[in-house]
Amino acid sequence: MLEVCGAGAAEDLFSHLPPDVRLQRPLDLPPGQSEYSIAAQFREWADRTASGYASFLGAGVYAHFRPVVVDTIVSRGEFLTSYTPYQAEISQGTLTAIFEFQSMICQLTGMDVANASMYDGSTAAPEAAMMAVRATGKSRVLTARAVHPEYREVLHTYARYQGLPVAEFGYDPDTGLADLADLEAKLDGDTAAVLLQSPNFFGGIEEVRAIAELTHARGALLVFLFTEAVSLGLLRPPAEADIVAGELQSFAISPSYGGPFAGVIAAKEKFLRQMPGRLAGETKDAAGRRAFCLTLSTREQHIRREKATSNICTNQALVALMATVFMSLYGKQGLRELATQNLAKAHYLAAKLPLRFQAPFFNEFVAQPRGASPEVISARLLERKIIGGLPLGRFYPELDGCLLLCATEMARREQMDSLAEVFA
Amino acid sequence: MIDKVRSHPTQNEPLLFEISSPGKVGYQLPALDVPPVDPEGTLGARNVRAEIEGFPEVSEVEVIRHFTRLSSWNYAIDLGMYPLGSCTMKYNPRLNEMVARLEGLAWGHPYQPETLSQGALEIIAALEGALREVTGMDAVTLQPAAGAHGELTGILLVRALLESRGNPRRKVLVPDSAHGTNPATAAMAGYTVQPIGSGPDGRVDLAALASLVDEETAALMVTNPNTLGVFENGILQAAEILHAKGALVYMDGANMNALVGIARPGDFGVDVMHLNLHKTFSTPHGGGGPGCGPVCVKQHLEPFLPTPRLRRNAGQWGWDYDRPQSIGRVRAFYGNFGVMVRALAYIMAHGGPGLRNATIDAVLNANYLRKRLEPFFDLPYQAPNMHEVVFSDARQAQRGVRTGDIAKRLIDYGFHPYTVSFPLIVHGAMMIEPTETESKQELDLFADALIAIAREVETDPELVKSAPHSTRTSRVDEVAAARKPVLRWRPAPPRQAAD
Repeated sequence: MLEVCGAGAAEDLFSHLPPDVRLQRPLDLPPGQSEYSIAAQFREWADRTASGYASFLGAGVYAHFRPVVVDTIVSRGEFLTSYTPYQAEISQGTLTAIFEFQSMICQLTGMDVANASMYDGSTAAPEAAMMAVRATGKSRVLTARAVHPEYREVLHTYARYQGLPVAEFGYDPDTGLADLADLEAKLDGDTAAVLLQSPNFFGGIEEVRAIAELTHARGALLVFLFTEAVSLGLLRPPAEADIVAGELQSFAISPSYGGPFAGVIAAKEKFLRQMPGRLAGETKDAAGRRAFCLTLSTREQHIRREKATSNICTNQALVALMATVFMSLYGKQGLRELATQNLAKAHYLAAKLPLRFQAPFFNEFVAQPRGASPEVISARLLERKIIGGLPLGRFYPELDGCLLLCATEMARREQMDSLAEVFA
Repeated sequence: MIDKVRSHPTQNEPLLFEISSPGKVGYQLPALDVPPVDPEGTLGARNVRAEIEGFPEVSEVEVIRHFTRLSSWNYAIDLGMYPLGSCTMKYNPRLNEMVARLEGLAWGHPYQPETLSQGALEIIAALEGALREVTGMDAVTLQPAAGAHGELTGILLVRALLESRGNPRRKVLVPDSAHGTNPATAAMAGYTVQPIGSGPDGRVDLAALASLVDEETAALMVTNPNTLGVFENGILQAAEILHAKGALVYMDGANMNALVGIARPGDFGVDVMHLNLHKTFSTPHGGGGPGCGPVCVKQHLEPFLPTPRLRRNAGQWGWDYDRPQSIGRVRAFYGNFGVMVRALAYIMAHGGPGLRNATIDAVLNANYLRKRLEPFFDLPYQAPNMHEVVFSDARQAQRGVRTGDIAKRLIDYGFHPYTVSFPLIVHGAMMIEPTETESKQELDLFADALIAIAREVETDPELVKSAPHSTRTSRVDEVAAARKPVLRWRPAPPRQAAD
């Protein structure tokens, strides 16, 4: 090969580089290792990452059982090692699965259209807000304080450099749900979007209809956010919202220390042209047979460049496929049964603990231990190999002393009893 | 004679919704070990949904068959060479998949105590360290979820630094050969995009650059090697021009597979760059993601990196949230950790010398294809290429055959097409990146295929223009898809009795 290239040695291939840009020494990295030793090293690391603990952490990342079939499918090289399906004739597998994904997200959320995925929920939220800014021609974004704190941080980062003012409206100190009076006071004629999460960060189920009415009365769009997708199996879909943005981690996606997850944006039909990200659409091939392809790409960066709806290119396709397989396995009946089990487990646990808020909740709630700080409780729980909830003071100083707890279908009764003992 | 493939049947498969029938399930839940609850009673009837209309009802074996049949309609690296230029479709080692699924790593919760996360944090620290060494930069954040997300992070860092100096400035210079994400990113970060032309050799025109850079220029976004696969030999001078006016150099690291172990952006004037772990560091593309887009910076940009930052304190790893100058978060939690695990496993398997050898092989493979194909296709830029080579369809266009047609015909020969019609500065571009993981046998099959197609263009151009002929789906009507978008399945209207 070198001879064909007219090179005496491999080094000659780089002789055209200016000498002063060349690295004149070997990389300071250890020599290559065998499969055996790499696997052993990662096992050692994995063993020092909370193996063998029962966990009641939720807060945007949920422990749900992952059906075995999910990894069977996503480990197939045809899905795992393919690129973005730009060449439709040899990508019909991926394209068909995306089309099914989009369809199921619409069915779940009550929206008309859904995209092929976003990086995660926290980046889908600001992208949805920017959709609303483009659609309304207004610039202000109002977010509920009970939206996931890290989602709000990402929103502030995205908005700040585009000159979009972001304001927050509070929650009712008794219910933990959106404070409608505060929302009404802060809504003005320049508000493009109101961001509302339900179940909210405290687990409470928001009054979506009332908030949609207030929002629409001032000419703003309602962006509905979700972090716990399993809740959609049981809770009324946010049909009054204009845009829905959420996180699908609950659909058979490993917690994986925070990622990779899959976000998604769905919306009413009239906002389709403002949608960021890829879309698969149905069409026909030259022989008139049904086929799918990526479509409406004139919204996207590779065509529109600086005028695109977003710069997003790579998304989370394989992770969205996990969610698609999960939704297929559980289906209409299973998703409801799964959600109902979550409801039962969380309410069993909550009945044993002092709750901070009075409001309907799904599988998460805020507890306010009496007599001991969250830190002391957490330490005692760790002795029992239980990771308790998330101390909230870090995100909400006024809730210092409170813990956010989650019980999914994976929570076992004896673990919950054990946790309740420590609280008591 | 086509050596690589012959046709074989694939199975038809309807959509999930079309094979669905009431009452079928593909799951089992354990018996509830707590008292059951009544959803309406617990949540209020107004909060409970009706059944999910149209949602699938299928059995486990139907799910397996459905997705297995769909998978057989995909091309993949596991089936052969995938020479998409600038996409770096290399083999994805399976060890990486195995270690990412180890229980502690796959089930780690981002809010579990740091004392119970030391293994995960050590992995992140090790990867940050390796990427600093590979790029010659001073600090790395792994938070961005993909390349474009890394670009946005990088340009926000530029903006934050310039703001701290009193003026964020107005414009970002982007070469006309750049990826579309570059101008889209600059716009998202609130900048005006100023395109900058390429010189006759395909490289950034330094004279044009010098005339455009002024006190309102925030940065140049440069891909190096550029999208022609050509190293920007004037990069040191370009950096001097930018730095003299207080502007910064952003490098798009999409083509880093040409440089690892050979040259480091940190040594040639780059202030900030992103990497694509799903390109250079072998993590699978998965049909379009997930990726991971680390951003590497020089020290002067370090204070602005996203929160939190990894730090070591009293022998333990932990997260530092006290970062007053930070641009803030760009993503919840710490990024696509599972992708980081895979990339680190790749780096460990190669080691320093192995990474450098991979680069050499990638460049050798691209140069070998250039030599084999040059007699048959127009090569618009003659500069030496690195890991990819860009031809044009100029000769074939005389027969009415375009780059997109040649690409579709390649499918009949058993290959995924090259990148079509990009970069934009080459009319009818055919952008070929073989990567280091292709053998000479596979490269020869690919070159033979393109040469055979070049002959077909002379003898039977219609054969090429109507390709592909061997796929289960013939050429797809993308225009019709966009004209009347059908983006979700809906049940067919009930049939009339008279049908």
